[in-house]
Amino acid sequence: MNGQQKTQERYEIRFSGSGGQGLITAAVVFAEAVGVYDGKYVCQTQSYGPEARGGKSKAEVVISSRPIDYPKALELDLLLAMNQAACDAYFYDLKQNGLLVVDSGLVEQHPTSRIIAIPFTDIAKEEIGRKLVANMVALGAVGLLSGQVNLDNLEKALLARVPKGTEEMNSRALQRGIEEARKINLNDLPRSVMSDDYDEV
Amino acid sequence: MSEPTKQRHLLQGNEAIVEGALTAGCRFFAGYPITPASEIAEQLSIKLPAVNGTFIQMEDEIASIGAIIGASLAGVKSMTATSGPGFSLMQENLGFACVAEVPCVIVNVMRGGPSTGLPTSPAQGDVQMARWGTHGDHSIVVLAVSTVMDSFTITVKAFNIAEKYRVPVILLSDEVVAHTRECVELPDTSEIKVVDRIRPSVPPDWYKPYEGDARGVAPMAAFGDGYRHHVTGLIHDIMGFPTQKPGEVEEFHLRQTKKITRGFPDIQMTKGYFLDDAETFVIAYGAVARSALRAVQDAREAGIKVGLLQLITLFPFPRRTVAPLLGQCRSVLIPEMNLGQMSREIQRVNQGSCNVVKYNRIDGKFITPREIYGQLIKL
Repeated sequence: MNGQQKTQERYEIRFSGSGGQGLITAAVVFAEAVGVYDGKYVCQTQSYGPEARGGKSKAEVVISSRPIDYPKALELDLLLAMNQAACDAYFYDLKQNGLLVVDSGLVEQHPTSRIIAIPFTDIAKEEIGRKLVANMVALGAVGLLSGQVNLDNLEKALLARVPKGTEEMNSRALQRGIEEARKINLNDLPRSVMSDDYDEV
Repeated sequence: MSEPTKQRHLLQGNEAIVEGALTAGCRFFAGYPITPASEIAEQLSIKLPAVNGTFIQMEDEIASIGAIIGASLAGVKSMTATSGPGFSLMQENLGFACVAEVPCVIVNVMRGGPSTGLPTSPAQGDVQMARWGTHGDHSIVVLAVSTVMDSFTITVKAFNIAEKYRVPVILLSDEVVAHTRECVELPDTSEIKVVDRIRPSVPPDWYKPYEGDARGVAPMAAFGDGYRHHVTGLIHDIMGFPTQKPGEVEEFHLRQTKKITRGFPDIQMTKGYFLDDAETFVIAYGAVARSALRAVQDAREAGIKVGLLQLITLFPFPRRTVAPLLGQCRSVLIPEMNLGQMSREIQRVNQGSCNVVKYNRIDGKFITPREIYGQLIKL
């Protein structure tokens, strides 16, 4: 069907936004679901230091069916950008037919028409009642769109990590993200003609 | 941090060091927090009391290593963890641990230096300090980890070497390995070999605390066991008392060297990838070995006959593994996050037969596979 279908050794995801949006937590939950519950090889890294507290923050997950050598992202398959600064800075690390997923309420200028824009923060605020869980809405969407994780395991990993008493809220946020992502048809996204040619080689 | 599920755990490198230490029987930790090593102390402050161990946050790193030396002399396996600035402070007491032959493990999670340097950036600048940081000729073992699983298994090995040879072991990690989370399956404790120091088998009156056995290692009595003996930083005779007699001084030094030399096959650890038919190869250690492995695999796919030798033991330098490869290959590339600290060891044993190429980065950034690949194709 297209190049994206072939099995590849590595799948790389970057969760990015500003410090405090809970992107590292989202990446850790994702890594735990993929590694501990799904049984794949996984490496999770994050920006460390002053930039993790405000400004741009990023956390990466590399998934593979084989042992992982280089632990950080080389070329992203999926970039989640939860603010404009992160979207601008990291867009260029995306593969030609990689997926760009943004918070449509926070990222107004789109670097490409090949974009999936979902109002994660608005959904969290208005439907779940807490802006705080926007990361979990996004996690649900990334979980589905990447196709790299068993969604039941993603929920299990999430519930094992969140503070007691917040399970229901987090679980609802995750499910809302999954629901929103289900509305997206990946085959409808514009594709690079160039990269199809390259896949043939 | 992570809840155990089906024996698989998502752990950071630092957390895996904690698991390794506990598995090896470490029951005493004294330290002072420092980025990027703090998680080790943080985790042990929770986990050690739970196994009747002792955790102490000391006033500084000088006191930290003093405390672990004391604990080890009292018969308890002990460890401290720090980064470059703290490791600098530990050098004086590290020499004491060498001279008094006190088994202990010192973890140094390297960050950019010198001085307070770059607290949150990776580096490999402490390699030569780990070997020669404390003054005088001394025996020491320096190991480097590159993955989360390594951080577990090599930590166990570090304790085993310390106990078996009565030597301080420096475990070098770096910011990348320390903070990367990976999913690991920790082996059952029954599958892991744990070595304990040999205790004296003679009655207390016959005990000669610094008389080596056939391997050159002296059986070690714990303080309080009834084996009254003297421990000093001065060069001492077999009874542990200071001596300046040239014969005794020389014998002291030679035994300390010999006990490590005799252990080379056990102590010197490396991992080889694609080396059999290699025409060129890379020597790397720590996190950089991971970038190198990626680059080497990519180069192999492009038809380049290149291999990788990953050093786990940096010192004693694994000459017996490195030298034949230098004879086999026309070029060797040594990527390091310093200005060339291991490459000088390789140049030392090279004898001019192999073209030694350095690739160094000192800007606080992790070396990428692409950079190494770019160097490889030029070899």
